[in-house]
Amino acid sequence: MNTPIFSAREVTKVYDAGEVEVFALRGVDLDLYEGEIAVLLGPSGSGKSTLLNIMGGLDQATTGAVRFRGEELTAFSERQFTRFRRVHVGFIFQFYNLIPSLTAWENVALVTEISSNPMKPGEALEMVGLKDRMTHFPAQLSGGEQQRVAIARAIAKRPEVMLCDEPTGALDSKTGILVLEALSRINEEMKTTMAIITHNAGIRQIAHRVFTFKDGRIADVAVNDQRARPAEVSW
Amino acid sequence: MSVLDRKLLRDLLRMWAQALAIAFVMACGVATLVLAIGAYRSLEETRSAFYDRYRFATVFSGLTRAPLYLRERIVSFAGVSGVELRIVEPVLLDIPGMAEPASAIAVSIPDSGEPAVNRLYLRTGRSPDPARSGEVAVTEPFATAHRMTPGSTFDAILNGRKRTLTVTGIVLSPEYIYALGPGEMVPDQRRFGVFFMPRTVLAGIFDMDGAFNDVAIRTQRDADIHAIEGALDLVLRPFGGTGAHGRTDQISHAFLDNELVQLRAMAAVIPPIFLFVSAFLVNMILSRLIVLEREQIGLMKAVGYGPEAITWHYVKLTLVIALIGIAIGAGAGNWLGHGLTALYARFYSFPFLIFRQSLDLYAIAAAISALAALAGATRAIWSVVALSPAVAMRPPAPVRYRTFFSGSGRLLTAFSQLTIMALRHLMRWPLRTLLTALGTSLAVALLVTALFSFDSVAFMVDTVFFRAERQDVTLSFRLAQSPRALQSVAAMPGVLRAEPFRVTPVILRHNHRERRLVISSVPQGADLARILDLDLDPVEPPIVGLTISERVASLLDMRIGDVAEVELLEKARRVVLVPVTSIVQSYVGLAVYMQADALDRLVGDGPRISGVRVTINPSRLADLYTVVKQTPAFASAALQSISRQHFRETIEENITIMTSVYTALAVIITFGVVYNSARIQLSERARELASLRVLGFTKGEVSSVLLFELGFVVVLAQPLGWILGYLFSWSVVKGFESDLFRIPFIINRATFAIASLIVVCVATLSALIVRRRIDRLDLVRVLKTRE
Repeated sequence: MNTPIFSAREVTKVYDAGEVEVFALRGVDLDLYEGEIAVLLGPSGSGKSTLLNIMGGLDQATTGAVRFRGEELTAFSERQFTRFRRVHVGFIFQFYNLIPSLTAWENVALVTEISSNPMKPGEALEMVGLKDRMTHFPAQLSGGEQQRVAIARAIAKRPEVMLCDEPTGALDSKTGILVLEALSRINEEMKTTMAIITHNAGIRQIAHRVFTFKDGRIADVAVNDQRARPAEVSW
Repeated sequence: MSVLDRKLLRDLLRMWAQALAIAFVMACGVATLVLAIGAYRSLEETRSAFYDRYRFATVFSGLTRAPLYLRERIVSFAGVSGVELRIVEPVLLDIPGMAEPASAIAVSIPDSGEPAVNRLYLRTGRSPDPARSGEVAVTEPFATAHRMTPGSTFDAILNGRKRTLTVTGIVLSPEYIYALGPGEMVPDQRRFGVFFMPRTVLAGIFDMDGAFNDVAIRTQRDADIHAIEGALDLVLRPFGGTGAHGRTDQISHAFLDNELVQLRAMAAVIPPIFLFVSAFLVNMILSRLIVLEREQIGLMKAVGYGPEAITWHYVKLTLVIALIGIAIGAGAGNWLGHGLTALYARFYSFPFLIFRQSLDLYAIAAAISALAALAGATRAIWSVVALSPAVAMRPPAPVRYRTFFSGSGRLLTAFSQLTIMALRHLMRWPLRTLLTALGTSLAVALLVTALFSFDSVAFMVDTVFFRAERQDVTLSFRLAQSPRALQSVAAMPGVLRAEPFRVTPVILRHNHRERRLVISSVPQGADLARILDLDLDPVEPPIVGLTISERVASLLDMRIGDVAEVELLEKARRVVLVPVTSIVQSYVGLAVYMQADALDRLVGDGPRISGVRVTINPSRLADLYTVVKQTPAFASAALQSISRQHFRETIEENITIMTSVYTALAVIITFGVVYNSARIQLSERARELASLRVLGFTKGEVSSVLLFELGFVVVLAQPLGWILGYLFSWSVVKGFESDLFRIPFIINRATFAIASLIVVCVATLSALIVRRRIDRLDLVRVLKTRE
């Protein structure tokens, strides 16, 4: 875990909300190392989602630098961002964001069609325990199942990093644990780097490191010596 | 302003582009309605007022010559309110500065006082004085074309003598509102006019003292016109009466009627198209708005707003859009109405013709449009009212799709997931997909309907002027001549080829159906005026029997082998039975032909010719004109080459105006349908499209989903539009069909292609406007909100 895959330096983000400027990030330094699970904790508005979006190329920093494998993301063009998302990053959102008109299998195939070395869609779905639900549409799946399809879709292209924004936010504890198990299995088997935003402090137990955000800054970084398995997470 | 009204105002401001697109479609409906009905009323009411005030006749008849004392008998017919016994003579004019001869009709008016029927509207000057010979009143269009004012003079060949006539007044006659010269298909004010001379003067010139050769009768409102026609025929039979007829056979009246029929057809067909499309669009955007506002509606209900208040809120939204449409449409309709009326004024001579605007017309147009919009809104609004607050505040059940294309099936290899997304979305709302396609297809249909007239008219010009009537000039004699006259004409300067013809007016009867028309003779081996068979190849008429046009065959229900009753109007109405031996094509008038010898035998007064058709060496045209102007035997000279040019120019100008209007209408429909449809899709699928962007799809790939769907609908609309356009065009052709002329039904393939091209271009443009919104999609915001 010595090479940082992501490194953010002095990142600020200011939103221009009419007459006032809102500081979402006020100078954040953060390194993500290959293969680690980083959990980002903090109250609403503390800046964790903003940082994740900047790292994923969905948003741009106002000042500061974000590097991915040494490449300066802040200098990327629109086209380079698209390519970056296509090749390197898998996203998981709170509300799954599946395509309702495509089945589980097709939702995964959507991504594998445009990737250079993808898994087979069936294989990705099998990894998240949804082998039997491949022909179902999102509307026919439970929330937990939909989130696992989203995970299968994110991992199918074998991304180097997965950015998860409240992946269990809309789920009950039982299905939430299933989703965490899927994520941790992928981290172990594929060595995928993960950044997970959560409000649920219990989830910090599965992380290698925990970043606590407050008022647009990182207030604390803690290293987990004793990681728990998802099933052991107290919800 | 209540809070709900504030919400309404903000909703409208937010979706101004969509609301305006719908308002424009609605405006087209209102404008075409105001235009068609307004123009119809203007023309109809102006005509009727002109007819009434200037006592336009209801029964007409020509004859050879009859004594004036017949007046007593004619006046005594039951129901007759006025009789005018006139002298009407075709004449040739020699206008200063005009090489070719102009044609005119000289009509007698009483020496003093106004005519009992067909009175004249005096625009300027005074009536001609019978005491001064050579004074005339001329019709306004002719005077305007030659910049004549009272005091101007021109030369006319009157009964073989050239006389100089002095204009004393400029007039308009209800009889010549639409004045067609000999051989013309559209009025040419320069080459045809009507002038009026005092009875004694004209009688002196044409040796008609104490006699008349034309009757015009005005009848009482409840008179039995048929009985009057019968009685008149009986009285005029010994005097060469050519058969009494009503207004329907009067050229000017018939043309105006034709125009009115077309306006009525336009009012019945075009506005409903726009009202239908606008109702559909209102339904589409309101349904979407209500889905988006579902939770707000639940909340409003929960805090105590009743279903009436909420219904009224959305009804008001619909009505505001409708009002904008009505305002734009009323303005546009008014503007177009003035334009159309100005165009009419070029063809129809009325003392006054203004675009009549009445409040009721606007009120009707507004009410119909508002009702159409509300009809479109009803279902969407009902869905709001029906929901209980608790249900409304929960998000709607997720949309269920079906596996038309199975995820693991073989079809998968054929389509990308993006294509499958688009196809499933289209098939999830089949009715909406079909209605969107139908809306777009109406634009294609309108364009086909507008553009096909170019094809048809080009074909008609080619057929009539280049295949059938190939002469340069048609010279008609005042009285039928012996065939020797042909040699004299052939010897005239510049004449290359001369072919004689004979015409005789008849009534043709078959099985209780009858038509007044003219039988024309065609010489053996005719090369100038040729008869064209149903495939438009030249044919010789059979040596016996009648050769009739398809129109005559269908009007009189005749087939080859049927025997027709021919009543010879010039020959004391002798009746002869003649078989139909050939059916041919003709686009002008009611054509019936006979071989020359056969017609001579039928009429029974030996070989006679009514006129000669000639082709001319163009370099000697001026010489020919000079001779024609000096030859007393000629009643008229129809100059085909000039007519051809004039017809083409006039018709093409009219078609260009019409096509521009229709194209604008089609563009508005296409934009309204495609833009709104794209906006709705974008609204419904913003989340999906944003997800695709996050997954690494490029802007182009993401837009392709939306563009594919729109493309699918637009492509689907094309064949549908071609079929509808074909049917609309066919109905236009049928609507135009009259005894005066018919338009061939010709649509070239290029016309379909051009119509489609225009619609596809506008659709693409509309889609690209929406595409810019995809490019600007705020990924983070879209993905973090729950639908």
